[in-house]
Amino acid sequence: MRETQGFKIYRGVVLTVLGLFVLVPLYVMITSSLKPLKDVQGAFSWWPSNLTLTPFVDMWKTVPLARYFVNSTIVSVSATVFSVAIAILAAFAVSRFRFRGRTAFTTTVLSTQMFPGVLFLLPLFLIFVNINNSFGLQLVGTRLGLIITYLTFSLPFSIWMLAGYFDSIPRELDEAALVDGCGPMGALWRVVLPAARPGVIAVAIYSFMTAWGEVLFASVMTTEANRTLSVGLRQYSTQTNIYWNQIMAAALVVSVPVVIGFLLAQRHFVAGVTAGAVK
Amino acid sequence: MSVATQEATPAAAKPAKKKTRRGPEHRPGLNRWLPYLLLAPAVLAELLIHIIPMVVGIWMSFIKLTKFFIANWSAAPSAGLNNYKVALDFNNAVGEGLLKSFGVTVAFSLITVALSWVLGMAAAVALQPPFRGRGIIRTFFLVPYALPAYAGILTWNFMLQRDTGAVNHVLNQLHLSDGRTFWLIGSNALVSLITVATWKLWTFAFLTLMAGLQSIPGDLYEAASVDGAGNIRQWRNITLPSLRPVNLVLVLVLFLWTFSDFNTPYVLFGTAQPPAGDLITFHIYNASFLTWNFGTGAAMSVLLLIFLMIVTGAYLLVTGRRSRRA
Repeated sequence: MRETQGFKIYRGVVLTVLGLFVLVPLYVMITSSLKPLKDVQGAFSWWPSNLTLTPFVDMWKTVPLARYFVNSTIVSVSATVFSVAIAILAAFAVSRFRFRGRTAFTTTVLSTQMFPGVLFLLPLFLIFVNINNSFGLQLVGTRLGLIITYLTFSLPFSIWMLAGYFDSIPRELDEAALVDGCGPMGALWRVVLPAARPGVIAVAIYSFMTAWGEVLFASVMTTEANRTLSVGLRQYSTQTNIYWNQIMAAALVVSVPVVIGFLLAQRHFVAGVTAGAVK
Repeated sequence: MSVATQEATPAAAKPAKKKTRRGPEHRPGLNRWLPYLLLAPAVLAELLIHIIPMVVGIWMSFIKLTKFFIANWSAAPSAGLNNYKVALDFNNAVGEGLLKSFGVTVAFSLITVALSWVLGMAAAVALQPPFRGRGIIRTFFLVPYALPAYAGILTWNFMLQRDTGAVNHVLNQLHLSDGRTFWLIGSNALVSLITVATWKLWTFAFLTLMAGLQSIPGDLYEAASVDGAGNIRQWRNITLPSLRPVNLVLVLVLFLWTFSDFNTPYVLFGTAQPPAGDLITFHIYNASFLTWNFGTGAAMSVLLLIFLMIVTGAYLLVTGRRSRRA
């Protein structure tokens, strides 16, 4: 592309329109979180006339937000750790070994990812109920149930992306490690993993984002005690009032860790997607 | 996204691999079992969450699974094909509802995918040549993608409120409407859904297309410039054909995502969905959990699954693409 005058105009228009499209909701979220309740209950205004920080204080009292925060953190972090660990092992096997059933495995794992979660929801719900009846292991309405569910959401993508990353690491490197007396696991730990660090980071962020933002399973599989943020935020709407300023404040606070994490590791993430999708 | 990584990887990587394909697997003993050991946790997890539920789901669609049998569902009586008959009887309320929500979902996905692709492409092309501030803008465009789905959608919900929302306020000030439009109930619900879903999704199209553009060699454009091709011709004759593999995957992934979108209708409308915004996953959810008719819900799920598989298969066949690993 040449930077002709026409192109500059095109760029200006596109970036302005899309910039506004992205910005306006973010702006509304931030400014509304700084308004008193009566202002968000009246006609909309761009400029908050009475700036206040009370929504950020009140939101912890209206709804047990701290508890939801803790629940979400425990569930998402655990799911991420397990998912990444399992994906590393599986991706290493897929990338470095030829064995029977390899194709069947990758095909199955990948195809499960294309199916919508609602398909698994009912059966999984019933299976969990059955597990409880037969083994006394409570999965519906516990964090453990959610952790198990979430870890598999990100697993197919993680395996795929990591296998791609591992493939791009020269095999000679781990062969050298084998010659030097490492076992295959030593080669994975000392050579392959460090070289694939960006991929691991990207996959971890993806897993965390998936779990942190999940709505469907959280709405069915949780009870008051283990409710996560994605469902908890709805409770600012009561019979009598919708605390929009507190909802916006909570949405903001809930988003900050994920957005910062994503933007910090954005390069790795983009590189990871690129490595598979384009190269 | 996995599909994206799967499809477009080059054949070029393969021959190089063959030569060095002599790794640990040639060692005897434990190493023969090592790959299976490494896969075991993944297989177990997949079995528990995806494979077994899918089998159970198919089985569920053939039994009478009403609220009377939930507690002891393995003892529920067989329903034969009855659940499917109910779901597909378009003269009946249940079947009619399914057909309608299917229509809504097709319209929703096609428009959302088209919009997301166009916006993503427009932005990717605009940001292709380096200029000051490019990195910042690029990062900024990724924020809707990074935001947890419900946080973004809740904000839109607030903006689309009739009396207190920003959307009606703006329309009113621009004299485009009297500012009294309902966006979350009635026939406008589909417009709202598409807008919110596009807001969330276009940025993923942008991300992928941007990565695709970076892999096109710059001298192609230079040669075209020397030959006197303008920007539009360069886009048509170089950019579009080069992006073909990326586009094929991207469009399929976007379609599968939007077609099975649950978050957007659920957070935007709550459990009382307006008919114009009744997406199919949401419809199945309501049919199952509000009326406690799990058998019919399972039959609907299986139908949806078959539909998605047919679409994917046909798409891959028509575009003539094979996956790398499969």
